Amino acid sequence: MSAPVHPRSAPTAPGRAIGADLPRVDARAKVTGTATYAFEYPVPHPAYLHPVQATIARGRLTRIDTTAAEALDGVRAVLWHGNAPRLRATDNAELAVLQSDQVFYRGQVVAAVIADTPEAARQAARLVRLDYDQQPHDVDLSPHRGDLYAPKDDHDQGDLEAAMAGAEHALDATYTTPMLHATPIEPHTTTAVWDDSGLTLYESTQGAHFARQELAPLLDLDPQRIQIIAPYVGGGFGSKGPLHAPTVLTVLAARAMFGRPVKLALTRRHMFDQVGYRSPTIQRIRLAANAQGRLSGIGMDATVQTARLAEFIEEATGPTESMYAAPHRHIALRAAELDAAVPGWIRGPGQCPGMFGPEVAMDELAQACGLDPIDLRLRNDPDHDPATGKPFSSRNLAACLREGARRFGWHDRDPAPGTRLVQGWYVGTGVAASRYPVVPPAGPSEATVRHLHDGHYEVHIGAADIGTGAWTVLTQIAADALGAGVQDVQVRIGDTALPEASVAGGSTGTMSWGSTIVAAARAFRDRHGTAPAPGAEASAPLPDNPATEQFAMAAFGAQFAEVHIHADTGEIRVPRLLGAFAAGRIINPRTARSQLIGGMTMGLSMALHEQSIMDPRFGHVVNCDLAEYHIATNADVADIQAHWIDEEDPHVNPLGAKGIGEIGIVGTAAAVANAAHHATGVRVRDLPLTLDHFLG
Amino acid sequence: MMITVTVNGERHSHDVEPRLLLVHFLRDVVGLTGTHWGCDTSNCGACVVWLDDTPVKSCTALAVMADGRTVRTVEGLERDGELDPVQRGFMECHGLQCGFCTPGMMMTSRWLLDRNPDPSEEEIREALSGQLCRCTGYENIVRSVRWAAENPADDSTEASQEVSPS
Repeated sequence: MSAPVHPRSAPTAPGRAIGADLPRVDARAKVTGTATYAFEYPVPHPAYLHPVQATIARGRLTRIDTTAAEALDGVRAVLWHGNAPRLRATDNAELAVLQSDQVFYRGQVVAAVIADTPEAARQAARLVRLDYDQQPHDVDLSPHRGDLYAPKDDHDQGDLEAAMAGAEHALDATYTTPMLHATPIEPHTTTAVWDDSGLTLYESTQGAHFARQELAPLLDLDPQRIQIIAPYVGGGFGSKGPLHAPTVLTVLAARAMFGRPVKLALTRRHMFDQVGYRSPTIQRIRLAANAQGRLSGIGMDATVQTARLAEFIEEATGPTESMYAAPHRHIALRAAELDAAVPGWIRGPGQCPGMFGPEVAMDELAQACGLDPIDLRLRNDPDHDPATGKPFSSRNLAACLREGARRFGWHDRDPAPGTRLVQGWYVGTGVAASRYPVVPPAGPSEATVRHLHDGHYEVHIGAADIGTGAWTVLTQIAADALGAGVQDVQVRIGDTALPEASVAGGSTGTMSWGSTIVAAARAFRDRHGTAPAPGAEASAPLPDNPATEQFAMAAFGAQFAEVHIHADTGEIRVPRLLGAFAAGRIINPRTARSQLIGGMTMGLSMALHEQSIMDPRFGHVVNCDLAEYHIATNADVADIQAHWIDEEDPHVNPLGAKGIGEIGIVGTAAAVANAAHHATGVRVRDLPLTLDHFLG
Repeated sequence: MMITVTVNGERHSHDVEPRLLLVHFLRDVVGLTGTHWGCDTSNCGACVVWLDDTPVKSCTALAVMADGRTVRTVEGLERDGELDPVQRGFMECHGLQCGFCTPGMMMTSRWLLDRNPDPSEEEIREALSGQLCRCTGYENIVRSVRWAAENPADDSTEASQEVSPS
């Protein structure tokens, strides 16, 4: 089955598509209910899978009794480590599902029922009896543990202790961010068909090729015999980036049911222990500054958790390495290996939680220095990347701060905290910086341009649109690269039958796939000229960019929040959020604004609500559904604006574009926390900003 | 048990298990997959359909409860091949990104507009309060519904030209 083709978009003149405010090419399919997400491909006579999960956090299975489950009408098989097909490579232990009797965390899949209906599978899963040899577990994250390890080298420069001792203003405080879950509205689903032609997966994934690359060695299968199809994905936010165990489980079940399709849709509860989460972070921040607010010392000691089953590190120190310069710096990341599920990518990994502590600390320092928080940041805006010493390809933090301040109306702000009581509500405003680095794409990309007839083209690339608008902006990029209008270009994505593309992660999609399409269009014109024959085609890979060695590259932004906190109840409302960003060239203002606002909204959600609460007695997340894990709703969101400055960056890539998918969530929570302090005088260093912080 | 449900004007008679949820009946038995299943606990609203004339979360309604009644899903929003103004509003105002919450959002919005053709922003937010979106940030969704209110079906021809296929 090939990737779907959309109705042609609104027309554009040749060469004028980039920058146009075009509606999405996939909008019509999505408003008519015809967009086919992974669970919606019709397959004949499917079987349904339901996982059985461990109810202890550490130990060993001593017995699995499947008798009652197998006796149920419609149950075809119960898989467990004693009868499940073997995986070849199990280097990534997270993916080695049903391969041993070991239990590494509560919620780990230890068996699975295959049945004719989802209802029978779910009922039977509850009838599987598990006996264990249980061992004590440990899920307590603390910076004082004796077994912390350093997953990366410390960054040490000068003598921070001496700088702190000699500073006019010194700040030493600890900030925390909780465990967070990505929570796309589409739960992860897989439909797997394994028959004589090979393995076909309809998968909710951010990268069809990336998933295939991980899957093939596990199964010892030629990648060419695996096809993964994923043109429509109902949100991902990182959790659908790397492969997770449920996909492998479904493939094992399809192997066991050879020839019969098997479908698995995770329930919302499964989403809290099967597909990764953002590690909690504990951030000790030290800042030393002179009387004018110039930083002489910067310290960050961050503690995160990983899993005994497999390692994933939330690189929370990343932003501090590159954000502000000082002669004395100490930046160290430590990790604890816990009996918990494996953490994973969530929108802005490392960057998002890692900007909370530092950007609240900067607000505290500004107050201590008697400086406006914007002024403090401007005074410490470095010329070169403090981490590498390289020049920036472009760094427009200062312009973002100034433009945001102008639009937000910052100039007449009274700096005194806790002094504006309006009809029972304390009112405050706050600011924080945003940053997201230009990271190398995870994996190669290639695109093919084919001339259909009479100036109509198809462009093939196995890219993913998880809601970002990639499908639309790639169409615009292709149109301009071919000198055609968007109405003459069809882009096909989301299928391993198309040329290989990198995963939608790290805000790299538009940059890497777009640059690849530009290269393929050039190759096409070089080979076929301006009057190509029908069927003419050319391909090209993502070109190397030598400038990535010469420059530090990142998008920057500034976020502003207005916060109201009820004087009696502590209720917190955020009537205004405004972001100003510098992210290179904007391909489509409509989809770009939506990405930035969507990121800011998720940042607001992180500021106000989100926290996965681990019960240390049992080792699992207790608020594991959308009734208890709160995300921002319509009522939380009032006036959210995203603006950008014109930024020309000739080095970052041929398009001059930086990623915009993640920067919107970076810094938002700090801006809200800083505004909450300005409103009430209460400094909250622990997210989320629940009302109890402001009472008493 | 045997049930008969009229879905988007078509009668469907099937022998179903009493425990079958309405959302699975619509998706797996009737074959209309535009209604999405998102949370299992009636919090997200991706599965909203009309049961008779009332929006319900079809993940917490049983198929047998729809016996002898009518159901309207996202596939039934179009009339005579013309998109409903709500559908056009979500396209015009970028009221969607991943699109997974969109069918439920639109079904509730249509219900609101049938009862209140000119809702305020606050009334729209109130009506959609039982529905979650993780991508867009809600503002465009509210604007999309306002767009639909301002562009009702009767004078839709001109506005639809920008996005309709030719």
